[in-house]
Amino acid sequence: MAQKRLLMKGNEVIAEAAIRAGCRNYFGYPITPQTEVMHYMAKKMVQIGGNFVQAESELAAINMVYGAASAGFRAMTSSSSPGISLKQEGISYIAGAELPAVVVNIVRAGPGLGGILPAQGDYFQATKGGGHGDYRNIVIAPASVQELYELTVEAFNLADKYRNLVMILGDGTLGQMMEPVAFRDEEPIVTYEKPWATNGRGYNDDGSYKREHNTITSIYIDPDVLEVKNNELQAKYELIRQNEVRYEAIGLEDAEIVITAFSTCSRISRNVIRQAAELGIKVGMIRPITLWPFPTQAIADAAAMPNVKAFLDVELNAGQMIEDVKLAVNGAKPVYFHGRLGGNLPTQKEILDKIVAIHEGGKV
Amino acid sequence: MIDFSIILAGFGGQGILSAGKFAAEAALYEGKEVSWFPSYGPEMRGGTANCSVVISDEPIGSPVVNDADVVICCNQPSMEKFEASIKPGGYLIVDTGMIKIKATRTDINVIELDASGIADEFGAMAYGPISMLGCLSKATGCFSRESFEKSLYEVLPERRHKMIPGNLAAFDKGAAAV
Repeated sequence: MAQKRLLMKGNEVIAEAAIRAGCRNYFGYPITPQTEVMHYMAKKMVQIGGNFVQAESELAAINMVYGAASAGFRAMTSSSSPGISLKQEGISYIAGAELPAVVVNIVRAGPGLGGILPAQGDYFQATKGGGHGDYRNIVIAPASVQELYELTVEAFNLADKYRNLVMILGDGTLGQMMEPVAFRDEEPIVTYEKPWATNGRGYNDDGSYKREHNTITSIYIDPDVLEVKNNELQAKYELIRQNEVRYEAIGLEDAEIVITAFSTCSRISRNVIRQAAELGIKVGMIRPITLWPFPTQAIADAAAMPNVKAFLDVELNAGQMIEDVKLAVNGAKPVYFHGRLGGNLPTQKEILDKIVAIHEGGKV
Repeated sequence: MIDFSIILAGFGGQGILSAGKFAAEAALYEGKEVSWFPSYGPEMRGGTANCSVVISDEPIGSPVVNDADVVICCNQPSMEKFEASIKPGGYLIVDTGMIKIKATRTDINVIELDASGIADEFGAMAYGPISMLGCLSKATGCFSRESFEKSLYEVLPERRHKMIPGNLAAFDKGAAAV
């Protein structure tokens, strides 16, 4: 049964969701605009017997996650853009060692130290690698405080299911805003056996070990061994592509223009769809919920629909997800773009003006 | 009601962010969709503070408000910054105890209230913004007094519940000025 709706800050809801998902190991380092995740964890982990460490650096925090995950525990760290950049080495190692972990990035405007206001400029970093080597993170983009809750719980299940890092990609708007959230009585936690965990070998009565020791590593010096390892990783990523694509499609059946937008931009665009309808322009939307794996097929299918004349991609960056949208559309229809930079959000009017311009002549 | 938007602005420490939470919580109690978003930019204690509250029957798009239905100003820099952000026909609620300039717009409704005077009378700065919530509720009906009372119980920790009668009295004084 759904509980009553509470007014809570996005960052606090992420922390509460992680605890509800069974995470008892949080390691972090403060940075605006995600510090409330830490505050909440610092207060709550003590009460429930979990581990909270304010690490000496972001690098230390991600490697503490590596350690806790190696021992088979659900572990999380969170940061914002510059801090996530510092964590990339550890993220690559976690990919190589196939450890389940959850990393939260409440994105702020960059590059460099940039500013502290919301942005989506880390899309490339999150979905295309960020660290070195051929690897993929599952990247989830919630669009509301309620989704921050539900998808953070889900992130821990997916991490364990695939022994893979799952990144929650939010932004300063989602992290800082308060919105109603209704928590479930019981969380849909899926428990996975972790026979690979380095959690002690145990002894038999005769003093011998119960099993061979487990090794968590990402180093494979022999190129043929490393190639096999890489092929195994790629096979896993293909499985994730097949099973875990999530998106929301709105009004595609009669849409003339389809907006592609994730997270905060999808919220603003949802209202634009209503305003456009009042002007007699039919607009739909595909909102990727997983940024990787990306809903390529859904966008390709929309591009093939005769009623769909054009796409408008809306982002808080100079155009990053639009590259994946264009690959999916594959030239079938024009793809236009509207983005804001520096921590600014697009207004509904800006997006609506773009829609009208596309509708009136395809020239923007 | 779709995307009814309020900006509350004043000094840091004046109780602006809390007043915004009470408003959001009151509307939530009435079954609305609500959002509350603080200005978390490069600001400091004693500097300006503001927050945006959106109340709607539909899911809320942006929690960041550019064109507000109501702006509540608790100091002069806020008035200079946000008077231009009010939709034509919208409301500007001014604390005349703090703000000595007059509103320049003629296409909006201006409500003047000596909120800081009420705060002095009740003995705490936070009662000022609360009295302005009384103006907001009375003038626009975006939430009721009953819901505001409910929000006090939701937001304030139990040890602060003794302050509820004072908050309600400040709220009523603001409402009476409309």
